[in-house]
Amino acid sequence: MDSSGLMQFAGAVASGAVRVVDLTFTLSPDFPVIVLPPEFGQAAPVRIQRISQYDAAGPAWYWNNLTFGEHTGTHFDAPIHWFTGKDLPNNSVDTLPLRDMIAPACVIDCSAQAAKDPDFLLSIPVVEAWEKSHGRIPPRHWVLLRTDWSKKGWRDYANLKDDGAHTPGPDAAVMRWLVEERGVIGFGTETIGTDAGQAGHLDPPYPAHHFLHGSGRYGLQCLCNLDQLPPTGAVIVAAPLKIQNGSGSPLRVLALLPAGQA
Amino acid sequence: MIEPIARPRRKNPLLRTRLPTSPPGARSRASHGFTRAAAEGRFMLQRCDACGTFCYPARDACPACLSADLAFADAPRRGTLLSETTLHIPADVHFRERAPWRVGLVALECGPRLVTHLHADCEEGMPVVMSFQLDKSGQAVAFAQPERETPNMTDDRQWREMTADPKFRRVLVTNGRSIVGQEMVAALKAAGASIVFVGIAEPWKPFRGEDALRAQEGVEIVPLDVGDEKSVADLAADIGGKVDILVNTTEHVRAGGLLDRQGTSVVRDEIDQSYLGFVHLAQAFGPAMRMRGSDGVNNAAAWVNILSVYALANWPVFGAYSASQAACLSLSHCLRAELRPGGVKVVNVFTGPLDIEWFQTVPPPKVAPRAVATAIVSALKRGLEDVFVGDVAEDIRRRLAANPKAVERELGA
Repeated sequence: MDSSGLMQFAGAVASGAVRVVDLTFTLSPDFPVIVLPPEFGQAAPVRIQRISQYDAAGPAWYWNNLTFGEHTGTHFDAPIHWFTGKDLPNNSVDTLPLRDMIAPACVIDCSAQAAKDPDFLLSIPVVEAWEKSHGRIPPRHWVLLRTDWSKKGWRDYANLKDDGAHTPGPDAAVMRWLVEERGVIGFGTETIGTDAGQAGHLDPPYPAHHFLHGSGRYGLQCLCNLDQLPPTGAVIVAAPLKIQNGSGSPLRVLALLPAGQA
Repeated sequence: MIEPIARPRRKNPLLRTRLPTSPPGARSRASHGFTRAAAEGRFMLQRCDACGTFCYPARDACPACLSADLAFADAPRRGTLLSETTLHIPADVHFRERAPWRVGLVALECGPRLVTHLHADCEEGMPVVMSFQLDKSGQAVAFAQPERETPNMTDDRQWREMTADPKFRRVLVTNGRSIVGQEMVAALKAAGASIVFVGIAEPWKPFRGEDALRAQEGVEIVPLDVGDEKSVADLAADIGGKVDILVNTTEHVRAGGLLDRQGTSVVRDEIDQSYLGFVHLAQAFGPAMRMRGSDGVNNAAAWVNILSVYALANWPVFGAYSASQAACLSLSHCLRAELRPGGVKVVNVFTGPLDIEWFQTVPPPKVAPRAVATAIVSALKRGLEDVFVGDVAEDIRRRLAANPKAVERELGA
């Protein structure tokens, strides 16, 4: 593309001809986080500690110190996050290819199924049915699982029962298939985690993490506003923080789409 | 006959709040033997090692034989009220505000005579039971009560000044997720607290006992994550002026010391919850509590910390936890001094291992959560400052008083 195409794009964003949709939850201390068994190391909760606010501690300025885990809030998972991807090249947030941070997305709407069953699992037949209407999923596309889970109050969002979390996600077969048969660049969900709440009982456990990261692909989670995206045609900008040997980071996930399309 | 205290009416927002004043607070070093006794709820006097004479006030030489060996020892509490007087216009501003105020002269069975504050039901010539109480300047003063229980005894106006009775006061229990926290709520309601605010962090996570907590009358669940400065500040903005007693039931117990752990993620949680949580609570709730130390029947009265006895002596099996508790203990002493101008007590309740899941593999004796709650209510009603709950805590206390080095080695065995 010559520079005028890029300038056209910039102009379209500024004018609103290209709509920018924020798929990101606000990073705050009260947003639900992943809960692991207490014996394991826990992700640090989000902490925002004010250094000064136009006061004696700093008269003309306001700033904060932040604490958070790499996998807090709306965040990106890099291949190094899972053991299956630990030895791949360019597998951390500071080394993964820049061009992967801008990629189109296919949005698969399973909000009806998820409303009926919190343990709904995306499967190959469901994706194939989607492809009948919207075409085969092209390679190097994000597949985003829309469940409208992000609209829930946070107790229902985390949906913790006495046998763990009950939230929707992909089954093992569809994850392997999406990676191997469709060459997806990554998988994104509205829930805490790319995997279903009960995915520890699938084979292999946590198949989204297992297959995505095992093939050098990425995860996005705690997305919102997926209901504002068309099934195809949105372009996702997801650039994680450049953390030294980082396994992921909270980030701003933007979706770009032509105005008037949703 | 004591008139029972009336439930306080809602505060008139147009009136100026009466600011706290302190009774005379100067004390000699020797007399801090009484401070220590009052803090623990003991009645102690100097007893001469040479001739056995009890004496009062605190001295440096025995009045009978001039020996300098005057260690404090537990003393019999019984005495007789010889005479009493009522001060109607005291010179001191603290007592002037609280007039009429009764004091008396008591002859102790064990010998000395002492001037003492009087419970309203004490009559001249009658037997009395003595205690040392920490007054609003945090210093020990003698207090006489009738030997037999009388109706509405704890509602005595002068006694209520010396204590932090939960009756008709509003309490914040900072953590309602733990069993100790839930027992604390129940015990406070039973003791007559008018409302108990219970803090719950991460309300999106369910917890055992939630339904029972929500069903209780006069119990209000409030969002509170002590590790998050904004959460604490926001709650103080809402209820800071209504917290008369704060009980910090934050609980974060993990086994492990230094070398048997990798990394600092667990340590970070310990510091975040226990130490920083304390700092956040103190900064958010302390100033208003201090200012409200004289604010009527339901004035701000006490801040309670539940500390491991291993704050006093590190137990390496729970070495990192011991250290964070030690840090909190030091903070509590700082807070105690800073709240004293408001007449607000800081009460430290020390326990050995609790009978909770995080001490599961520790052999008994362990302290039941209900026992902690009961001990706290008792400490508030008696006006105590340093309380040891259970056999292990009491044992550590004694062994530390005898030889701290032995304790260090034995805990580290």
